Amino acid sequence: MLWVSRKTIKMNYFPDEVLEHMFFFITSHKDRNSVSLVCKSWYKIERYSRQRVFIGNCYSISPERLIARFPGLKSLTLKGKPHFADFNLVPHEWGGFVYPWIEALAKSRIGLEELRLKRMVVSDESLEFLSKSFVNFKSLVLVSCEGFTTDGLAAIAANCRFLRELDLQENEVDDQRGHWLSCFPESCTSLVTLNFACLKGEINLGALERLVVRSPNLKSLRLNHAVPLDTLQKLLMQAPQLVDLGTGSYVDDPSSEAYSKLKSVFQRCKSIRSLSGFFEVAPHCMSAIYPICRNLTFLNLSYAPGLHGNELTKLIQHCRKLQRLWILDCIGDKGLGVVASTCKELQELRVFPSDLGPGNAAMTEEGLVLLSEGCPKLNSLLYFCQQMTNAALITVAKNCPNFIRFRLCILDPVKCDPVTNQPLDEGFGAIVHFCKGLKRLSLTGLLTDQVFNYIGMYAEQLEMLSIAFAGDSDEGMLYVLNGCKKLRKLEIMKSRFGNAALLEDMGKYEAMRSLWMSSCEVTLGGCKTLAEKMPRLSVEIINESEQMEFSHDDRQKVDKMYLYRTLVGHRKDSPAFVCIL
Amino acid sequence: MSPENGKHLPENYATGLNFEATELTLGLPGKPRVTISDGGAKSGTKRGFLETVDLNLGDKDCGQSQIDVQEAAKSPVSKAQVVGWPPVRGFRKNAMKSCKYVKVAVDGAPYLRKVDLQMYSSYQLLLSSLEDMFSCFIMRNYLNEKKIVDQVNGLEYVPTYEDKDGDWMMVGDVPWQMFVESCKRLRLMKSSEAIGLAPNTPPKCSSTT
Repeated sequence: MLWVSRKTIKMNYFPDEVLEHMFFFITSHKDRNSVSLVCKSWYKIERYSRQRVFIGNCYSISPERLIARFPGLKSLTLKGKPHFADFNLVPHEWGGFVYPWIEALAKSRIGLEELRLKRMVVSDESLEFLSKSFVNFKSLVLVSCEGFTTDGLAAIAANCRFLRELDLQENEVDDQRGHWLSCFPESCTSLVTLNFACLKGEINLGALERLVVRSPNLKSLRLNHAVPLDTLQKLLMQAPQLVDLGTGSYVDDPSSEAYSKLKSVFQRCKSIRSLSGFFEVAPHCMSAIYPICRNLTFLNLSYAPGLHGNELTKLIQHCRKLQRLWILDCIGDKGLGVVASTCKELQELRVFPSDLGPGNAAMTEEGLVLLSEGCPKLNSLLYFCQQMTNAALITVAKNCPNFIRFRLCILDPVKCDPVTNQPLDEGFGAIVHFCKGLKRLSLTGLLTDQVFNYIGMYAEQLEMLSIAFAGDSDEGMLYVLNGCKKLRKLEIMKSRFGNAALLEDMGKYEAMRSLWMSSCEVTLGGCKTLAEKMPRLSVEIINESEQMEFSHDDRQKVDKMYLYRTLVGHRKDSPAFVCIL
Repeated sequence: MSPENGKHLPENYATGLNFEATELTLGLPGKPRVTISDGGAKSGTKRGFLETVDLNLGDKDCGQSQIDVQEAAKSPVSKAQVVGWPPVRGFRKNAMKSCKYVKVAVDGAPYLRKVDLQMYSSYQLLLSSLEDMFSCFIMRNYLNEKKIVDQVNGLEYVPTYEDKDGDWMMVGDVPWQMFVESCKRLRLMKSSEAIGLAPNTPPKCSSTT
């Protein structure tokens, strides 16, 4: 027998300060997490030097534990409700409250500077608390949040003396007709980003103008619909250094003085790379922005249904450097052909539906094929369409092997290939086969278990999968759970997956962030079994209507189940219609 | 505002007043397009939803529960009313709702357009915008009628609209605001078909140069 003595190799070559300096350059959350796992001393150094933390599910950890581990925290990102909450599948009072986080952080000695929230409930009270608790607070980003009014914004404006960023994206905000913009004190000159595009109410235009005048560092300004073209022109005169612009209401008589001033000021805005807004738009006024188009890398016209095929394509023909385009399906298949021949640098395309009724979508597979032929750099797609064929998907997969995100939404969710009458299994199979780096996939169309077989086999990098109206049996879901090693989020609605699939490999869910299943075949009994066996999962049953008693019949199918891993047990703030097993 | 060259109309544009056939979904000639019918399967050149899906349970090709398809056949529209479908954020849905969009069809054109009536304050501006959209036509004011004339084939078109009661009326007969409120969709109808449309339709004029 040969005994080999094992020496513990200590990374003592570098003093802590050097390691800390090295870690400074490691910025991605994944990498920092990996660093912390190397050894105890690295864990310690990493945790003291960590400034930015991302928490993908606010119920997976508690604020107290976060604070305990990362005393140097400066920037926190939190996500609350599950993704399907975007589509009205989660009742409003489900949870995701930010207040306890702010309260805990305020009590601690954390010098919070940045807070980024997505799908969370944010009250005016929490905004006010936030604004008064952190002297160096600089940046507030709220995406798809709700629960606050302009009063909360007024508190932020008034109290955050060094505010650099106020970025509100698609939030549901109650407008109190207050003058929140006027609450920015005269001494506030530090703004870099101001985005209030999602606000529905009137704006004090004078206060806005004065604010822009005293914000020489302003780089990103996104206005809401209440700001008229006339004001836009005045603002741009004061801020020709803008890099990102969201117009307000873009309507005027092309012969007006304001419009001709706007045309000339646009010619001076040489830095604008990103353009959005156009909530109301007069097509005749679009030519004013042609001078900016040649340098644009991001263009968002997805809230401008007033622009039609011709006007859109004329505009796009000026945008040769475009990398990201968000548009409505008014553009049509032929319009995408123009995009394909003009925007050779295009990486991301989102085509949204302008009319949500069935049978009214304007896009077909043809537009997508044209796009794939012209834009080989395409790596991110969201495409609402009327129909899709396997042949088209196969062509697209071969033309664009770089897809990281591929989300296809056929408005009739069970539509098969109209040419062959086959399900779309082969088409999506080609996508996962050729696009080896695919991280996110959303499927629609008529789909059998076979597509999930392909996904399990080929989608090695897949992290998020969204399924609706698909599959024949538990086999489908099992293919995915067994095959996709990197899967983090799985969300399924109206598909025929049941207990057998749910319970086959329960440990898998601890390696994932969350699983959502609604209108599937899983029963209460199945969920209970899962909850019993996996104490580090929180299995929530969400009841459709509040009157419904939680049945004790284990054979009853569960309408909505949301499960997620958690280090802190069951949450205490769940409403009556949520039952945590 | 440069007018486009006259387009060739594809051979397979549907005859008759079939609006779905003129929708902006350019299928290759000869290929049938399957659309969701408004209630019940469509007849004619289009295959209904039912026919494209094999009803047999357990069939490997087009496995689909019988119940789902029956539901769909009864009212395919109901799929779109399923909670959570289509997957569009509530914010976006609300933002798009508050417009007065109506479809505009032109007899013989292979595509539909949409206009937001709230963008215009008068008939003149509306018709001028329609002129831009269907840019192979020019607008002519002939006597008190508002007509649109196709430069290529000399045919006259009369702007008409379907009102809340489902009646087809001449554009221009009622005050603008009333028109905006009651208009459901627009159609540029060939003059020959417009006779007898509304009680006070003037006699058809001879074609212009």
